This record gives sequence, structure tokens and C-alpha cells, in this order.
Amino acid sequence: MTDVTKVAARPYPFSAPDRLNLDPLYAELRRVEPLVRVRLPFGEQAWLATRHADVRTVLGDARFSRAASVGRDEPRLTPRQIEGGILSMDPPEHTRLRRLVAKAFTARRVEQLRPRTRQIADELIDAMVAAGPPADLVEHFATPLPIQVICELLGVPFADRHLFHVWSEAIVSTTSLSPEQIQEYLDNLHGYIGELVQQRRRQPTDDLICAMVQAHDEHQDRFTEQEVVQLAAGLLAAGHETTVTQLPNFAYVLLTHPEQLAWLRADPARVPTAVEELMRYVPLGVASAFARYATEDVEVGGVLVRAGEPVIGSLSSANRDETVFTDPDRLDLGRETNPHIGFGHGVHHCLGAQLARMELQVGIGALVARLPELRIAVPEPELTWKSGMIVRGLARMPVAW
Amino acid sequence: MVSTGWRIEVDAERCIGSGSCVGMAPAHFRMESGLATPITTAVEPTETVIDAAESCPVEAIAVRDHDDTLIAPS
Ligand code: HEM
Ligand code: HEM
Ligand code: SF4
Repeated sequence: MTDVTKVAARPYPFSAPDRLNLDPLYAELRRVEPLVRVRLPFGEQAWLATRHADVRTVLGDARFSRAASVGRDEPRLTPRQIEGGILSMDPPEHTRLRRLVAKAFTARRVEQLRPRTRQIADELIDAMVAAGPPADLVEHFATPLPIQVICELLGVPFADRHLFHVWSEAIVSTTSLSPEQIQEYLDNLHGYIGELVQQRRRQPTDDLICAMVQAHDEHQDRFTEQEVVQLAAGLLAAGHETTVTQLPNFAYVLLTHPEQLAWLRADPARVPTAVEELMRYVPLGVASAFARYATEDVEVGGVLVRAGEPVIGSLSSANRDETVFTDPDRLDLGRETNPHIGFGHGVHHCLGAQLARMELQVGIGALVARLPELRIAVPEPELTWKSGMIVRGLARMPVAW
Repeated sequence: MVSTGWRIEVDAERCIGSGSCVGMAPAHFRMESGLATPITTAVEPTETVIDAAESCPVEAIAVRDHDDTLIAPS
């Protein structure tokens, strides 16, 4: 057992992000020190779990709590602490809110959105082809595709995307905005959604925001209006930068692994399996956050975590665990058993996971099928990567075909 | 067995091992080799198992009452 007070905490993230490469320190820690003290840019020190089994315990075991983070100086990547919301709740509070929207995101419901998503993808590719190469895959494909889908699902006018894109981008910029600006943008976003909620009351529509408003009005005792607004804003934002960033990341990985890409092209039925492997392989987050607080003493990775101590689980490290994945650093699009946790685990397992999967399958499938000559249009060192953000991804991706 | 009780099942073909049900209803589900499984098939009627079934992302959980009527997912 380790005595916390004697261990020096490592600065975390361990290093500045280098494209999609994962710091080799994770592999070493999994081997020799699976639970390690870390210090994030803001907030209190924490433990970091790096093995697949331990990360699943931290995320899935009821002895670890997100609600206990409220009121603590939570370890985090951004100056401002985002308090409240679904990701800061435990069952049964969490269940109450999650059930309000869970039905809209089941695999069955998401399947119904697939034809429309295909149509959007095809139209975007048509427009790229009509304008001729080069095109920026981020701006012309990966950004509008998921945003249009989430807008239609929620019932947010796509025409307003320039407004809420600015506001939501502001939340995840780790350094470039002041706390006051971040608060201002958040207020704008919540004000905007609040207005849509009022509109639904006057004139019901056939979308998720309206369904949430109706559930709220029927069960005033179960949800506050503030919760409905915050959840809808969270869906709009979480449905944004994640898939928007992963689509170009996936395209980049495929274009830099030509043999794997050729294997994928040979049979479109391989796309879903390939998307799972890309989810495992691409470390989207620069670092993991959203620490879980132990509610009692729990042993994790050979260390006794004391009640009240925060533990962070590294999804990216878990997804490279050699005891779970054969040859984990190799991209193998046909990988058969793939219990990756790229969408998390436990009660907070990504609400949008089935939607994101469908969007990624449609997006990658369309690029592969329609642009067989797709290539990156600049030499690799000239690609610009996002900086100061929570996620890894390309700022722009010039492509030709 | 109680004749007024409910039965819970997890379809292992569908389950994606999200761990959501185990987190929501740890008294009723546990993980086994990466997939969820009921701790006991027969349960006393409780909202918790309905919550789990309604929240499962792939609708792999079925809750039935004593005469086999599907209670959840709706
Ligand atoms: C791996 C990446 C990310 C994950 C898993 C994630 C997850 C989430 C979740 C679950 C929420 C809802 C939390 C709540 O209601 O308390 C949320 C809120 C939010 N996220 Fe993220 N997010 C990610 C990246 C981003 C990015 C890249 C952006 C910006 C474009 C963003 C912007 C926001 C905003 C604006 C909110 C709403 C905050 C509020 O209403 O207080 N997130 N995020
Ligand atoms: C490739 C795309 C995406 C990835 C990699 C991703 C990843 C994740 C992860 C890892 C978590 C768990 C965070 C934690 O437990 O600490 C999460 C939670 C969540 N995600 Fe996603 N996400 C994606 C897309 C989406 C989309 C499209 C939506 C919305 C429609 C969404 C909505 C949410 C929400 C609401 C939660 C919080 C769930 C809860 O607290 O119960 N995500 N996501
Ligand atoms: S919630 Fe559904 S998919 Fe997730 S572990 Fe339980 S049964 Fe499996």
C-alpha cells in the first residue's frame, strides 16, 4: 500500500499532445505503477488509473461517485469548473435525468436517422465534388454532418449554427478565454436554448426539445426547467466537437495506413468493425478528466484509495491494455474482440454512443465509397492540429481526390 | 418463487457491455466477461429494474411480470 503524502504527483497530461500519438509513459505505468498520483492544470491532485480493468472499476462501480465532485476543487483541464448537469450526478438522481432522454438515443431510434444521415453525407460530398479539389474535410464534411444531425434531432435551427458553435467552442478552449468570457458564452447558450423551450410551449413540434419540455410540464416534480435547458445545451455541445473531431481523425488514420484502407475498401460491410477499431485506436481526449470520488476505501491497482479521494480513469490507456488487446498499438480494422471503452463505461456511458457510431459509420462509409482517390492534399508536416483544446484533432484537413 | 414477482433477462447477443444497468441497479445486475447478467432472474417489483431496462442503449434488458407480459422496455 502506498502512502499518498510521500508520493510526488506527476503533471498531467504527461506531455503536450503529438498528433494522435499516445505518450509511451501510459504503457510503462500499466506495467509498473497502474495507479499513479497526478496533478492536472487546475484543481486538486488525483489518482490516475491506466489498466482496462481498473478504469472500468472506477467508472462502473457504485463506490465511486461523480456527485461527490460537487463542492470540491475538481481536478480539471479548464480554469472554470462546470458544475451541475448529468455528468455530475449519481443514481438515482442521474437515472431520473438520463431516462428523460435515453429513449431518443437507443440503437433502434438511431437506426431511423441513418437514411437521413446518409443523404446529408451524400449532399456534402456532392458539393465538394462540384466545387472541385482541394477541400477542407473539417469544414466541408466533418463539421456540418454531425451538427446537422443533432440539430434535426433536437429541433435546433441549423441556420443558427454559427451562434452556438462559437459559444460551445468557447467551453472547451483550455487557455484562450477568460473565465468571464466562458461564463458569458455559457449564458448565451443557455439563453438561446431557453428561448427554444418557450417556443415549444407556445407551439409544439416533433423533436427532442419539445418531448423534453412536455415531460417537464407533465412531471414538474421530477425535472426543473433549468435541468431541461442545461441538458439540451449539453447535448448540443457534446454532439458537436466529439464526432466533428473524430471523423477527420479517422480519415487521417485511414489515409496514413494505406494497406488497412485498401482492406476496408474491398468490402463496405467492414465499416462498422473498422469504426470500433478506430474508436479504440484514436485517443480523442488529450487527457481524461471527470474524476470519480471514492465514497469508501477501495483497492484499485494494488493501491488503497481512501474515501474522499478522486480517481481519474484513462480511456485511451485502457484501450491499449496489452492484457485485453493483442498487439494493442497496431491498427487492425478487422479486430474481432474489441471491448474498447472509448465511449466510457457505467452509468455515464456516452448517451450519444449509438448516434456517434452511426454518424461515424455513415461518414467513413461515404468517403470510402464515393471518393476512392481521396488523399491528404499537403505534406503531412504542414497539417495543422488543434491546440489548447481538450480534444486532439486537425484544425483543417486539406484533401484532394 | 413469488407469483407476483417479475423476471429480468439480458439478451447477451445484444448487450454491448456499457455497464449502465450495473451502475444503476447494482443489486440486480453484474458484469460477467464484459457483459451484463441478472444476479437473480426473479425479482420483487421495483422501479430500479425498469429504469435499467428503459436506459439500456440497445434495449437488451427485458422485464416481465408473472404472466409473461413485457413491462419494460416500453
Ligand atoms: C471527449 C470529449 C467530450 C465529452 C465526453 C463531453 C461530454 C460532455 C457532457 C457529458 C456534457 C454534459 C454535462 C452536463 O450537462 O453537466 C458536456 C457539456 C458540455 N460540453 Fe462537453 N464533452 C466533450 C467535449 C466537448 C467539446 C469539444 C465541447 C465544445 C465544442 C464541449 C462543450 C460542452 C458544453 C458547452 C457543455 C455544456 C456545459 C453546460 O451546460 O454547463 N464539450 N460535455
Ligand atoms: C465520437 C463521438 C463521441 C465520443 C468519443 C464520446 C465520448 C463520451 C465519453 C467517454 C463519455 C463519458 C464521460 C465520463 O464518463 O467521464 C460521454 C458521455 C456523454 N456523451 Fe458522448 N461522446 C461522443 C458523442 C456524443 C454525442 C453525439 C452526444 C450527444 C448527442 C453525446 C452525449 C453525451 C452525454 C450526454 C454524456 C453524459 C452521459 C451521462 O452523464 O449520463 N456524446 N461521451
Ligand atoms: S445497459 Fe444494456 S448494453 Fe449496457 S451492460 Fe446493461 S444490458 Fe448491456
